[in-house]
Amino acid sequence: MKRKHLLTRRTAIITGLGSLGGLLLPGCTKKLPPTYGNLLRMGDALTYIAQRSLLPGQSLAKEYGHHELSSFPATGTTNPADKSTPTFSEAYSRLNTSTFTDWRLSVEGKVAKPGLYSLADLQQFPARTQITRHNCEEGWSAIGEWTGAPLTLLLHHAGILSTARFVNFYAYDGYMESIDMLDALHPQTILAYAMNGSSLPLPHGAPLRLRVERQIGYKSVKYLQRIVVSDEFVDMGDSGWAWYTGI
Amino acid sequence: MHASQSSLPPVKRHRRWVKSTHWIITLSFMVLAFTGYVILMSHPRLYWGEVGNDLTPALFELPISRNYQHGGWEKSTAFYNVAGSPVSASRTYDIFNQNGWGRSLHFLSAWFLIVTGLVYLLAGFFTRHFKSALLPAPGEFTRLEFWRDMVSHVRMQIPAAGKGPQYGLLQKCTYLAVIFILLPLMVLTGLAMSPAITASYPFLLTMFGGGQSARTIHFFASVSLILFLVVHVVMIIRSGFKQQISAMTFGK
Repeated sequence: MKRKHLLTRRTAIITGLGSLGGLLLPGCTKKLPPTYGNLLRMGDALTYIAQRSLLPGQSLAKEYGHHELSSFPATGTTNPADKSTPTFSEAYSRLNTSTFTDWRLSVEGKVAKPGLYSLADLQQFPARTQITRHNCEEGWSAIGEWTGAPLTLLLHHAGILSTARFVNFYAYDGYMESIDMLDALHPQTILAYAMNGSSLPLPHGAPLRLRVERQIGYKSVKYLQRIVVSDEFVDMGDSGWAWYTGI
Repeated sequence: MHASQSSLPPVKRHRRWVKSTHWIITLSFMVLAFTGYVILMSHPRLYWGEVGNDLTPALFELPISRNYQHGGWEKSTAFYNVAGSPVSASRTYDIFNQNGWGRSLHFLSAWFLIVTGLVYLLAGFFTRHFKSALLPAPGEFTRLEFWRDMVSHVRMQIPAAGKGPQYGLLQKCTYLAVIFILLPLMVLTGLAMSPAITASYPFLLTMFGGGQSARTIHFFASVSLILFLVVHVVMIIRSGFKQQISAMTFGK
């Protein structure tokens, strides 16, 4: 039988869906965070792939002037030293009482020299100060001034291995997030110990928080305890929230 | 059969790609409108400018969830020891927030809208559909004609539907506004809220006067599109619901 059309609608749709499926099932090659076979997570993965392949790599988020600083709500965990909350941390509470003199940031995983860093150690790195806009997934935003050590300097100081692909952040309130190397090595990705010219206030993540300026606010983990560099995605299960939030 | 068909003028029916893109875009729009509403419920305050939050004045606030004027904040503290200093306050209120699936479903539907929308635009230009079916013919658009068509619509004098794209003047203008103004505005204001995209293309922030302005324009454009949808459905009912749905679905 002679085919009337080179490409029928049916074959076009089947081929299209097939290739889309290939794009959205990255679990097989272990290249991307898992989609758990969840349609929403597949959409997130598509956004991640599209933004990573279509956007220029290391463009900077907009920075503002001092006169543009705005009021800044503190949401999520606002005090891990508060016994009455489910995010209470005994260890954090003790550190807070001694004004974080005994606080150390642990850097581990795929690094040549795993180690503990005090606030003074982190302040030895050339500091970066940036006035940026925090975009909360809820819909609000706020402009704040952040000062801290660029994550890339810390990672290189610890001797990050060439196989590293993700950086995982663990916080005292039990929160965990991870970012890929493109965001980890971005010049505006800093470990902030100061906000608006003073040491980081407790509701905003004292003594140290992450700033990831090209993603939604919840990636900027507060109350940092531990940084683990990994060569594969550390799967914490499907939280119901997008892993990549550049949108 | 052949003789009778050739003696009649050919009936203009909806093209295949118009029918399929119409329904895919309709479905994605409805999911976008629903999830957009869910997202707005978690922060039903709208602002103008670069930033806005519970500690800054709102343009207006919508009473659409328990988050409306919840007031669950600890006493605020100033960042600087001067009058008018920006402040900080901790939230004590357990807000309504379904953005985990709300946002992901919104963006998934946006993918469907964007891809189908691009197919529609390309097909529309290359088949000259926009020129032949949507753009008013030379001399068709006059202020008087536009006004007359408007009055007859307000009076609900809607002509019975044909089988395809034989549109009236007001209808053509409305479709053009939806396709070339409102939907592109939705996409651009949506992209202007993305921190990664605005880092690469900061003109998106500049053109709308800031991220929160973009969010507010996104809201008003979506309200306009929902109004369009309501009027569109009313017109379909008035002009023959069964006939219209059949024409847009099966082309009969």
